[in-house]
Amino acid sequence: MASSASKNSLLLSKIATNEKHGENSPYFNGWKAYDQNPFHPTENPEGVIQMGLAENQLSFDLVEEWIRKNPKASFCTAEGVEKFRSVANFQDYHGFPEFRQAIATFMSKARGGRVTFDPDRVVMSGGATGANELVMFCLADPGDAFLIPSPYYPAYYRDLGWRTGVQIVPVDCDSSNNFKITKEAVEAAYEKAKNNNIKVKGLIITNPSNPLGTTLDKDTLESLVTFINQKNIHLVCDEIYAATVFSSPKYTCITQVIQDMDCNPNLIHIVYSLSKDMGFPGLRVGIVYSYNDDVVNIGRKMSSFGLVSSQTQHMLASMLSDEDFVEKFLATSSKRLAKRHRVFTKGLEEVGISYLKSNAGLFCWMDLRRLLKDQTLDGEMVLWRVIVNEVKLNVSPGSSFKCVEPGWFRVCFANMDDDTVEVALKRIRALVGQEKKAQEQAQVKSTKKRWQSNLRLSFSSSTRRFEQEGVSVKSPHMMSPHSPMPHTPFVRAIT
Amino acid sequence: MGFTLSNQQQLLSKMATGNGHGENSPYFDGWKAYDSDPFHVTKNPNGVIQMGLAENEMCFDLIQEWVLNNPEASICTAAGVNEFKDIAIFQDYHGLPEFRNAVANFMGRVRGNRVTFDADRIVMSGGATGAHETIAFCLADPGDAFLVPVPYYPGFDRDLGWRTGVQLIPVACDSSNNFKVTRAALEAAYEKAQKANIRVKGLLITNPSNPLGTVLDRDTLRSLVTFINEKKIHLVCDEIYAATVFSQPSFISIAEIIEEDIECNRNLIHIVYSLSKDMGFPGFRVGIVYSYNDDVVNCARKMSSFGLVSTQTQHLIASMLSDNELVERFIAQSAKRLKARHMRFTMELAQVGTSCLKSNGGLFVWMDLRRLLKEQTFEAEMVLWHTIIHEVKLNVSPGSSFHCPEPGWFRVCFANMDDKTMEIALSRIRNFVAQYKEPIAPRKNNRYWQSNLRLSFQSRRMDDIMMSPCMMSPHSPIPQSPLVRAT
Repeated sequence: MASSASKNSLLLSKIATNEKHGENSPYFNGWKAYDQNPFHPTENPEGVIQMGLAENQLSFDLVEEWIRKNPKASFCTAEGVEKFRSVANFQDYHGFPEFRQAIATFMSKARGGRVTFDPDRVVMSGGATGANELVMFCLADPGDAFLIPSPYYPAYYRDLGWRTGVQIVPVDCDSSNNFKITKEAVEAAYEKAKNNNIKVKGLIITNPSNPLGTTLDKDTLESLVTFINQKNIHLVCDEIYAATVFSSPKYTCITQVIQDMDCNPNLIHIVYSLSKDMGFPGLRVGIVYSYNDDVVNIGRKMSSFGLVSSQTQHMLASMLSDEDFVEKFLATSSKRLAKRHRVFTKGLEEVGISYLKSNAGLFCWMDLRRLLKDQTLDGEMVLWRVIVNEVKLNVSPGSSFKCVEPGWFRVCFANMDDDTVEVALKRIRALVGQEKKAQEQAQVKSTKKRWQSNLRLSFSSSTRRFEQEGVSVKSPHMMSPHSPMPHTPFVRAIT
Repeated sequence: MGFTLSNQQQLLSKMATGNGHGENSPYFDGWKAYDSDPFHVTKNPNGVIQMGLAENEMCFDLIQEWVLNNPEASICTAAGVNEFKDIAIFQDYHGLPEFRNAVANFMGRVRGNRVTFDADRIVMSGGATGAHETIAFCLADPGDAFLVPVPYYPGFDRDLGWRTGVQLIPVACDSSNNFKVTRAALEAAYEKAQKANIRVKGLLITNPSNPLGTVLDRDTLRSLVTFINEKKIHLVCDEIYAATVFSQPSFISIAEIIEEDIECNRNLIHIVYSLSKDMGFPGFRVGIVYSYNDDVVNCARKMSSFGLVSTQTQHLIASMLSDNELVERFIAQSAKRLKARHMRFTMELAQVGTSCLKSNGGLFVWMDLRRLLKEQTFEAEMVLWHTIIHEVKLNVSPGSSFHCPEPGWFRVCFANMDDKTMEIALSRIRNFVAQYKEPIAPRKNNRYWQSNLRLSFQSRRMDDIMMSPCMMSPHSPIPQSPLVRAT
């Protein structure tokens, strides 16, 4: 932030001048490396491969095919233009009924049709980012807290707490039990908060999990529902990755669980979005779905601050009410994610890199603890810099997800084509092979010199070891920021 | 709101259980009348005509024609679908550069190219609704205040204050000088706040004005800039109606004033904009924060994550507003049609002795019905309003919903209907005014307050009415409060 004058900062609010947007963090530097040197198969094959962005790019062909076949879905075609005026003029915060119905149907199908959703409970928001913030504004006062199992999505810090004043109380999970959330851990975190006079208003879970890629089993979910019910606190379930489940165990969503339990529905809320399941983060389709009527009503009033563009509502109402398309998309997407996951994890196994067994998400939770010189946060950062600067992969260190165990890295694999995956795997193989040398290099160069303002990272000749040989690749679409301005990860929701 | 258990109340935040959303107000009832009996030229010719919604439907023909001739502007046409993926995955909060450039271009042309706008200062938001909230979050802490000249857009209370905790302090304006904003009134409001230990962080003006439809003259604008500069407080200029100015005097943007020879700390100047009124695209949620303060740009940009413009829409708008031929034609035609509509309306009203504040912009007129009030009170205004809704069958907005200090004024929108409907509306007004040469007395029987509407009107104290913001409208068949759609 430009510190043009401390005088200037007096002009602004506390919210504007605190750091709770979360962007002034060391991870900024890793992103800069990518920004300065983005991979391109032909134009820049030595560049940094983006593996820090949880995007789903595997099934756009199906979407494009549908669009070509359904010109009426757009009000810009001859077939659809008669709707232009009424759509452009429509600003009712209830949203188009057809849109809400289509979303409810899609949500149901993404859960295998095992549950149904009521379109009248579908409330719009500015992406999941807006949805999470909106739910906090409805449920918590400034200073109140929500429990969140770690590791968790880094931007929760901003989304849940920046403008709302809500605090995050982590429930730390670790690999001793595969990062499961235990009732004991949740109770302990709750009690600790209480002893510190912090008022806990609820628990947030992300299921399927980011960054773990795992789904919660029914027992765990039931015990969490029992817990929040006993304490009379809320349960917010971020189900943004619901349709990225690609293998067993089958996904159990919160709706399924509460159907069979004695639970106060006023405590149960779902946050959803089309950013991950469909790969549409740009369209800003955030959904708040609450079983609490008052939250639906108030949330709807608040949605005025982040409604979905009526143009987008109109198109998606068409697309997502085409049940044949939706079923085909969900099945194909799942299949392709499964395959991509298999290819990637096989590549890791081949070089003895372990990872958390997972069945969902757009990423892999990679275990690089044995490559750390020190089992500390600093040790993790050293290794991370090597991976970004020498191996040239932008991955996300576990500490950015507030993971309490150093050495874990989230690696995204659904935002690139098959050939780029191969390049990435080659580089990972090289990383492991050269780990000793890489660490020595990193130690020598790990002073702050690397992080100078002009960011011309200096690489030793050892980087030549990581060059690819004669890999002919088709042109993938590389996710690179379109803006020439250097960004932090938050410029795009970093998951 | 349906609280059956006090238990339930404690579950939610204070914000959720308060009235900051502004929708629990008596004006709700007027909208119900429209909802249950909406006018349709053939299907329901005796229904209530909607004149409470400031929407611009005058130039959709131009847009539709352009859209058909420019298929690549859409990611859903055969010509544009190859861009679908790139657009759908783009979530950078800077926005598409071409979008920012196009908006900056449009804003400049709307101001006759007298000023240019820097695309790098264009920050997105969830409509002007989101823009105002973002600005308040950036500039003020809970409990701080903004001065706002009355009458003002009812949604400001919610937009600037609901989730931010910011308060609005009215700056007195009245018809004695055509509702001009005077230095004296500003000083008085500022002093009053100081005495009450309220920290004033800025002044919010809407220029062109809603609901007045007038533009601020150069001297007034300069005096506002001088005032805020002296007090070291912000000036937020909502220029959402910039392109609706259809006749002299010219619209002068704050962007022009600060380029003049005037002492001004630019870190205090911010513009809120949107395409909802000028282009008639409220559904697209294209809100813009444009600040001359770099830190505000940076902070607002981070906050824009909570309300970015859909990239599908960014892409369409980028194409549309970078087509200078369309832009120039649209601006000219829109002004021409608004002028014709305005002239027809005001002339017809004048012929039956009903005057409107002289105005040259906006999508409405500020109608003076003071002579029809039995007493110059807000209660009498409400009685008159209910008569207009239930007997004349026009949904207009009473001045008190805009915090107008003088009873008897009504905002009447005219740009959201076709010519035929407008003629019908005019004839209803003519008949009404002709009938009621006497001021309207309150009725003894309560036939307006029938069971369907479930209204229970006790006589309202003036401060109840003054504190209730909001007058906005629904299109949805679900009975709603006015705030469902921003006016």
